Amino acid sequence: MSESHTAEHTHHELGFIRKYIFSTDHKIIGIQYMITAMAMAVVGGFLSMLMRYQLAWPTTLSPNMAKLFPTAWAGGIMAPEFYISLVTMHGTIMVFFLFTAVLTGGFGNFLIPLQIGARDMAFPFLNALSYWIFLVSCVVIFSALFVQTGAPMGGWTSYAPLSALPAAAPGQGTGVTLWITAIALFSASGLMGGLNYITTILTMRTRGLSMMRLPLTQWSLLVTSVLGLLAFPVLLGAAILLTFDRVGGTSFFVPAGVIMNGLPVDHSGGHPLLWQHLFWFFGHPEVYIVVLPAMGMASDILSTFCRKPIFSYRMMVYSMVAIAALSFIVWGHHMFVSGMNPFLGSVFTLTTLLIAVPSAVKTFNWLGTVWGARIRFTAAGLFSIGFVSMFVSGGLSGIFLGTSAADIQLQDTYFVVAHFHLVMAIAPLFAAFGGIYFWFPKMFGRFMNETLGKAHFWLSFIGAYCVFFPMHILGIGGQMRRIYDPTQYLFLQAQQPVNVFITLAAFVLGASQLIFLLNFFISIFAGKRALDNNPWQATGLEWTVPCPTGHGNFGEELPVVHRWPFDYSVPGEKEDFIPQTVPATATAKH
Amino acid sequence: MADGTGPGRITLSGVVLAGLLLVLIIVSLYFFIAQPFWFPKLASEHGAKIDSLFMAVLVVSGIAFILVQGALGYFVARYGESGTERAEYWHDNPKAEAFLLILTAVILTVLVFMGQRVWASIYFADAPKNATIIQVTGEQFAWNFHYAGPDGQFGRTDTKLITGTNPIGLDRSDPNAKDDVLSIGVMHAPVGKPVRVQLRSKDVIHSFFLPNFRMKQDAVPGMAIEVWFTPTLTGQYEVACAELCGLGHYRMKAAFTVDESQDAFNKWLEEAGKQ
Ligand code: HEM
Ligand SMILES: [Cu+2]
Ligand SMILES: [Cu+2]
Repeated sequence: MSESHTAEHTHHELGFIRKYIFSTDHKIIGIQYMITAMAMAVVGGFLSMLMRYQLAWPTTLSPNMAKLFPTAWAGGIMAPEFYISLVTMHGTIMVFFLFTAVLTGGFGNFLIPLQIGARDMAFPFLNALSYWIFLVSCVVIFSALFVQTGAPMGGWTSYAPLSALPAAAPGQGTGVTLWITAIALFSASGLMGGLNYITTILTMRTRGLSMMRLPLTQWSLLVTSVLGLLAFPVLLGAAILLTFDRVGGTSFFVPAGVIMNGLPVDHSGGHPLLWQHLFWFFGHPEVYIVVLPAMGMASDILSTFCRKPIFSYRMMVYSMVAIAALSFIVWGHHMFVSGMNPFLGSVFTLTTLLIAVPSAVKTFNWLGTVWGARIRFTAAGLFSIGFVSMFVSGGLSGIFLGTSAADIQLQDTYFVVAHFHLVMAIAPLFAAFGGIYFWFPKMFGRFMNETLGKAHFWLSFIGAYCVFFPMHILGIGGQMRRIYDPTQYLFLQAQQPVNVFITLAAFVLGASQLIFLLNFFISIFAGKRALDNNPWQATGLEWTVPCPTGHGNFGEELPVVHRWPFDYSVPGEKEDFIPQTVPATATAKH
Repeated sequence: MADGTGPGRITLSGVVLAGLLLVLIIVSLYFFIAQPFWFPKLASEHGAKIDSLFMAVLVVSGIAFILVQGALGYFVARYGESGTERAEYWHDNPKAEAFLLILTAVILTVLVFMGQRVWASIYFADAPKNATIIQVTGEQFAWNFHYAGPDGQFGRTDTKLITGTNPIGLDRSDPNAKDDVLSIGVMHAPVGKPVRVQLRSKDVIHSFFLPNFRMKQDAVPGMAIEVWFTPTLTGQYEVACAELCGLGHYRMKAAFTVDESQDAFNKWLEEAGKQ
């Protein structure tokens, strides 16, 4: 790797520990984020399998489970409080510790300096610090699973007073304390990262790389970081207020007159809806903190494997900015039936359908990119196409939920579970998979196995649709979310076969992720070597340096950029791609 | 032909992906048109408006779904890589973009107005005077239904009076409370007459969900929230809790009977009052 060291870097070789563990190299930190998040994904995914098992066969005795989980599954029946802990931990882990972490922490760190022609992040030490705090937050949330009295049970939204009163449920004592601690640490780590990303992208772009020549991945990371910087402090603040209510005797979220377990609670003057307003003021932008980087990455990958420029780059950028701005004024669509003034319901319907417009624009532009393309069906390319399909499927159900009157019936049912899994779980997951198959050679100097990658795609694509599409049907039938046993209700019994089908499909989907994990870890050591700097014939700056890239990223001279990153299939050119570093004059027409 | 733009190649991956998208379209058409599983049977007046709003959104988004997934399927099947042939080179079309943007905005605006008419008719209209009034109080994990009784006056309640046998803290010394009826887990109302529900919660947030009546409203501690609806079909129905409220959330249900007449309802009320 030393051949790519820069002059000022050659004189000190770092030992293994400084190089791979306590590293301040953005690439190593990115990979650390990614692998930590993957470990969290394994946990979160496993929990979802347990939930699906319970939902398909809620009243069947399972002695084997009793052996595995002597208390939670005592006597072969899952404890209802265990189910709620599973929902809470799964949701929390997936949203924060998998997606927010892998997309901004993982890809953000790895890609920002490489794609903008910088040697590292603006603040490498802060960057390392943000990873280590993230790691601590992972350990804290993971430990919540092992609390004697139970893991947190408030859902990933932790509505008060359920979350504010430790007596409200077994997991609301230590469990919620750990939940709050982990979320607070996570927010702090996210803020450090965000600050770093914004500074780096704005100030450290190499010569010639104007804003309108940035890859869409960079735009999405920039916009996402701004969102994070504005949204996470609100969550952090809310978490601190919640802690005051829990241990400090304050009453931000608890009103007077609450009776818990037959005993009056000593609080007065708070309001439960305050928590919801604060949470969703953060929570809706958070959805886009997950979705935007996915959009950016999927766009760049799609364009590369379509061998065609992204359709309407400008509109892609503007719609991203529009989505980000609007995401701060739609939070009330989570609260249509919360008791909020119904007039606000009308306002939030309007803003919500407004945000659908830029999302539709992006969809048209992806279609415009695939139209007339010459698609290379690699694993990465397939996942970026799958992203578009999933995003559309999940986005359209948002119109039902955004229309307040239709949402009365659908709120808090599986229709919502279907909607958000497609749009903010599966679509970003596909983009992240696409990104991993695509940039893996740049990270590790080897390829992931393509055959396994494609098998992983087909199984995931079919599996994800089989799991999440029928959930719309369950929701229309009225099945509430976060319930441990739907068969308790007569009106839900007829549709129980759908629950069984979903669970079987979920097992297939879950198992097919093992193909990915095996492929990932084996390929690090035994994958086909990437000898070429630019194996996919892509245009970005990261493809001008060796795989894997050494410390300092670029050679003695930083690259100079002469064009946008989407010059694919330019008529009259010898190659069907022109890297960003090629001067305009060097490409002669013949 | 180094930069020709002949037809793309039909590749196996492209065709399989297109086939899967086609299956997706056909299966969703089946489930949304044949409706083997669908909404619980409708039993309220305003529910019809919600259902037809849902259908309107379904038609619009269904068409968009078929067009987009269909186009994606067609493109991936049609435009596979083929040797040295190049993709078409275009990356802008301001007219088409403006057209699609405006079209989307117009369609969504129409949906907003349709939706808001239904929303307004449910939330901005006062309940008719003759409505049956029920005070509903949620607690972990039960629904309490409080009726005023023949005098039409609700007795005073006070959280200090709450005990195991007096779950809502009704002040029995209040003359208005004498004929009040408290029913735990069982709710009745006569058919064809509006029902006013005044919702409260004793502890955490619950959500009063009547699937057959297209009714859902959170019960929030510290707030008294009123909603109303008119049952149109007699029969036995279920009340559920739709907001996570603790370990018994899944079994926080109640039975709701819509009586065939005011008399039948009064008779039930009298019986319930004796207990
Ligand atoms: C194998 C894939 C997955 C399966 C089978 C699955 C399944 C489930 C199930 C069964 C629930 C509980 C529904 C309920 O009872 O309310 C749930 C909730 C949830 N899932 Fe997933 N899930 C998967 C992947 C993901 C991913 C990748 C994310 C990332 C965003 C995610 C985010 C959530 C969230 C936020 C909740 C809500 C938690 C709450 O209600 O507090 N899931 N999922
Ligand atoms: Cu939202
Ligand atoms: Cu509940």
